[in-house]
Amino acid sequence: MGDVTKLIARRLVYGALTLLVVSILIFFAVELLPGDIAQAVLGQGATKETVAALREQMGLDQPAPVRYLHWLAGAVHGDFGVSLISGDRVSAVIGPRFLNTLFLASYAAVIAVPFAITLGILVALLRNSIFDRVANVVTLTAISSPEFFLGYILILFFAVKTSAFPAIASIGSHMSFGDLLYRSFLPALTLVLVVTAHMMRMTRAAIISLLASPYIEMARLKGVSPWRVIVRHALPNAWAPIINVVALNLAYLITGVVLVEVVFVYPGIGQLLVDAVSKRDFPIVQACCLIFAATFILLNLAADVGAILTNPRLRHPK
Amino acid sequence: MSHFVLGYFAVLIAASCLAAYFGRRPVFMLLFVLTLASALAGLFGGVPALRFLTGAAAVLALAAGISYAFREFLAIVFGGEAERELKNAPLTAIFGLFVIAVYAIAAVFAPIIAPFGQAEVVSSAFAPADAHMLLGADQLGRDMFSRIIFGARNSVGIALMATLLAFFFGALGGLIAAVRGGVIDTLIGRIADVIMSVPSLIFSLLMLSIFGTSIVVIVIVVAVIYSPRVFRLTRAVAGNIVVMDYIEAARLRGEGDWYLIRREILPNATAPLVAEFGLEFCFVFLLISGLSFLGLGIQPPTADWGSMVRENATLISFGELTPLIPAAAIALLTVAVNFVVDWMLWRSSGLKE
Repeated sequence: MGDVTKLIARRLVYGALTLLVVSILIFFAVELLPGDIAQAVLGQGATKETVAALREQMGLDQPAPVRYLHWLAGAVHGDFGVSLISGDRVSAVIGPRFLNTLFLASYAAVIAVPFAITLGILVALLRNSIFDRVANVVTLTAISSPEFFLGYILILFFAVKTSAFPAIASIGSHMSFGDLLYRSFLPALTLVLVVTAHMMRMTRAAIISLLASPYIEMARLKGVSPWRVIVRHALPNAWAPIINVVALNLAYLITGVVLVEVVFVYPGIGQLLVDAVSKRDFPIVQACCLIFAATFILLNLAADVGAILTNPRLRHPK
Repeated sequence: MSHFVLGYFAVLIAASCLAAYFGRRPVFMLLFVLTLASALAGLFGGVPALRFLTGAAAVLALAAGISYAFREFLAIVFGGEAERELKNAPLTAIFGLFVIAVYAIAAVFAPIIAPFGQAEVVSSAFAPADAHMLLGADQLGRDMFSRIIFGARNSVGIALMATLLAFFFGALGGLIAAVRGGVIDTLIGRIADVIMSVPSLIFSLLMLSIFGTSIVVIVIVVAVIYSPRVFRLTRAVAGNIVVMDYIEAARLRGEGDWYLIRREILPNATAPLVAEFGLEFCFVFLLISGLSFLGLGIQPPTADWGSMVRENATLISFGELTPLIPAAAIALLTVAVNFVVDWMLWRSSGLKE
């Protein structure tokens, strides 16, 4: 067991380091602005006094590394400073929206993961049949379409032509759970379509490469029943790639959410980020980027740790 | 039950019988599933759902027919070695080539094909389609059709530039890392790891919020974000080549690094790199379209597919299909490139099971 703990510990340390480097990147990217933030926010027409006042308010008189440490310490406690445009606390703006985004992403994930893995395994077992080819073309098309294309097609069919679901996913905290599910169905379905296609292809590839390995052939040749080959011989080694596929696609979901939220005017963190970028509200941009990047890194970390934990060769060392 | 529905199922069942008679098991299975699916669709969606299925089948048949004709055309034009390759190519790949060719023609000859300029206001806002404006007007009264044609030049051109730049950075980094090894290898590898650990859309949004949204900035930012993927592939491919004996021999001959890269490694690494170029182009194209859709990419009045979707999105709530055409144009090109890449990977992998 010692090997596994060491491997996981090393991976965790590496993940933490990556997160630290990424936070440095996000913070100091803003320092690349010509002039400084105060100048950029107030524009060319600002008087010297107002620029100086804003500088003081934002603590720009201190050197950048000190400000970075302050920012990082605040971020760890969930405090990202104050919005440059509205003056609200960034954490107060982000908090509820982050929960909305998490809700949308998990809604999509709960539908997509079992669906995609079942389909992926099925297609792998039926490989080179006509169904496999049809599935290949269909999933390729879904992957290649921009999220907003799928989203608008769903709006056209389910909201405009049949009015079965609302086109604009306006949700609030006072709604019942069923109502939330109903109103955010179309954005979730868009994400499900894209993620399912990705996940199916990856599951198929993983299972096929597994079924081609010599020890499966050996099991088949010695007369083990097909069902037993899959459950007893293939599945223990298939967990690692499947967990990997799931985690990678959840990470993908995090990015896909931005475009989908804008299409359906869903009050989530992705929409907030896009608004903040066009208004150049840097504290919000930095906070959103850090949250997205942290989620992304965590999910990738989970993929690696899951792969280590489910690897039979590591769990039962000789 | 209308005549259409009866005819629909009669054709399906007759085709199934034919397939069974000629012993074509896969075709029969496909038709069988299609019949079941149509029955379900008919139950829930009624006649419109069946009409939609018929339309989709007609479009597929048309695409297959075009690809078949295009394959014959290409085989005649090129002849010889290429003819045999083309005859063995799947129809999907040929369809991909056809779409790419059409886009290239539209992009190159845009000013000749398009009846109006891309920023020219020729009518009232959202004017319906007529003989002069094939697809109607957009939210400012510009001709949609002309803008879609010009979009082929702008959107695809910028994505192509960004991909080329990403390839230049990534492939150069990968080759140098493979040839030199040691500290340089580790250093470039770590930088690539950091860039890849931030989601690409988020990273580009961060950079665009700082440097503003000009075309130069977009091209450079997107190139930097996607170069690590190229780097990793090049590093892996070149890493396998560098350990070969003929590289050792060239080194002993006293050849420099640049010679090794140019004359010994690159010729052996072309096939996977070309396939990766196609894939990379798809990612870059989708990212830039996404940014444009968010209003942060290519800025108006330049015609661009992503921003055209956003600007005309209100039309969708009236059941209009026009705003979806630029989005479909994006999807079609990405699918086409993917089909061709699939074919190339399949050819170069030698896995022809």
